[in-house]
Amino acid sequence: MSGHADAHGEGGHASVGFYWMIGGILAVLTALEVAAYYMELGAVEIPLLIGLSIAKFVLVVMFFMHLKFDSRIFTGVFMAGMVLAVFMVGALILLYHVIPGLVV
Amino acid sequence: MADASAAVAHDDHHYTATGLNSWKVGFWTFIGSECLFFGTLISTYMVYKGESLVGPFSGDVFDIPLTTISTFVLLMSSLAMVLALDGVQRGNKKLALTWLAAVIVLGATFLGFQVYEFNHFYHEGLSLSTNLLGSSFYVLTGFHGAHVTIGVIWLTTLFIMSAMNKLPPEKALNVEIAGLYWHFVDIVWIVIFVLVYLIQ
Repeated sequence: MSGHADAHGEGGHASVGFYWMIGGILAVLTALEVAAYYMELGAVEIPLLIGLSIAKFVLVVMFFMHLKFDSRIFTGVFMAGMVLAVFMVGALILLYHVIPGLVV
Repeated sequence: MADASAAVAHDDHHYTATGLNSWKVGFWTFIGSECLFFGTLISTYMVYKGESLVGPFSGDVFDIPLTTISTFVLLMSSLAMVLALDGVQRGNKKLALTWLAAVIVLGATFLGFQVYEFNHFYHEGLSLSTNLLGSSFYVLTGFHGAHVTIGVIWLTTLFIMSAMNKLPPEKALNVEIAGLYWHFVDIVWIVIFVLVYLIQ
């Protein structure tokens, strides 16, 4: 499979040790998220939590889902849905919580 | 002609005009659509966040230490999943079975935490119809739990196939696609953990 996959621009993956390292980083980032929650950092807390969450998201998608090594077409297909979803969530939060006066 | 037949018999995966495997293209498209599916559920939760008129409220019922453990369990299941795929690709049946079993056990453990949490919340007075928090929370996390359940069943079938020697390296794509699904379920939880549990 790997030969055929390579010929078609797919496949390729990191070493087992690298996957363990990513798993470790994900665990540390989760610990940092929970620490930030308990430390009550005020205005910094929400951006920090979202930043840590994005970092975990990107690590899983790039390395565990192999988008880093796979064809960019897969990235495009995934990002099309992802970007639309992020815009939808963002727009609704904006409408209902940031400028709620616009919604009747 | 004979060579072409042999090639088809050797490789039953289909490739698109882009040169990419059609199963993978199709599955990534499905995952893209799932982003929108969970996007609508997360949007609903966020829109109704803090709008409940009667309790219990999120601060009354959420148990962050417990959810942190279940989050860690699901993250580690993703690590086990990628190691299981590596085992199948190498043709190492023992590794494949070990890590597939680990993913199944960790996935089932996550579901156990969720069942416990739902039961606890219900006894605290938060049902699907209590308030906006109950409605949006149970629908969002319930659909996520349903996805995890499907994943556990899917991975159990792969475990049985591997145990019966029906999962050689040539069929690693089956595990890779199941892995994509599993990792997607994981990234959805990464978002839920922060937006629902940590940012209250």
